[in-house]
Amino acid sequence: MSTATRFYVGFLVVALLIAGGLSYFASSAPDGLDTVALNGCQSVQTAGGEELTGDCIAQHAGEHATAGSPLADYSLFGGHGTVGPAGIIGVIVTLAVAGGLFWLLRRRGTRP
Amino acid sequence: MVVAMHMSDGLVNAPTSLAFGLFAVLVLAVAVNRARADLDDRTAPMAGLVTAFVFAVQMINFPILPGASGHLLGGALVAILVGPWVGTLCIAIVLLVQGVLFADGGLTALGMNITNMAIVGVFTGYLVARSLRRLAQRSRGGLLAVAFIAAFVNTVVASLAFVLEYALGGAGGASLGTVFALMVGLHALIGIGEGLITAATVGAVAGTRPDLIYLLRQPVRGRAAAGSAR
Repeated sequence: MSTATRFYVGFLVVALLIAGGLSYFASSAPDGLDTVALNGCQSVQTAGGEELTGDCIAQHAGEHATAGSPLADYSLFGGHGTVGPAGIIGVIVTLAVAGGLFWLLRRRGTRP
Repeated sequence: MVVAMHMSDGLVNAPTSLAFGLFAVLVLAVAVNRARADLDDRTAPMAGLVTAFVFAVQMINFPILPGASGHLLGGALVAILVGPWVGTLCIAIVLLVQGVLFADGGLTALGMNITNMAIVGVFTGYLVARSLRRLAQRSRGGLLAVAFIAAFVNTVVASLAFVLEYALGGAGGASLGTVFALMVGLHALIGIGEGLITAATVGAVAGTRPDLIYLLRQPVRGRAAAGSAR
């Protein structure tokens, strides 16, 4: 393998390890934006699921249009403990979309 | 476990969402055009991998306070590694994949999420890094310092873009002053994590393939735009 290929393969392996393995150790606390959106509300469990009481921005949030996606919420079909495989699929799909677009856009025949 | 990290639908009204959607489309069209100059047989695969890497690292929420976390936005990271125009496309693709496949980030909020992270975040990170590129090109330590500073600033400024959107068309539920203070305060903490991740990543690339770092290829003197020197 050339050094360039080795570097690219190494970069991809690191991304796959992060999405497929380290993701299990990610914090489940709301992120910065979510913390702001939830400020002023309490989450209470009701018969109909989780509800927000009080007054906060997140009460205006709508159901996601692709909430029924098999990968919704970084899981496989909502399965518990599937964040790793979902992350690996995400890395591969992202690489395919971005790599494909950038390869099509590149200036041809220029290898400095 | 990560569930949602970006703006949902409904936090900002429809006209504001539409306006930022149009703005994002316009900037992305310019970015596609301008990115060509920075993409060749060597940098195109790098840009694809950087995009996949940002997707992966965005999944890793790190704790910043009890009950609150943060994650990489990636603006300065992509700007330093692949340049601002390609970098804008990188983050926009990450947000598109997350919004469509992972139900993370509302589809009507996609224009705002792209504006905040792919446009404001990337260009803020780029402007800071470019203004400090003399320091970045001097030594490895200088490069890491520039990566940290650019990433910290990109995080805080990107959070201000949300405050602007909320000011223009927020659905309500919190006062603008509260939103401003909380967004800036939390993102100053997140910015430290963003800075550390960005510096570590840029440092790792610099240790193996410094020639692949966009910022280090930029001429220190003169006003030659990216790519025009070739």
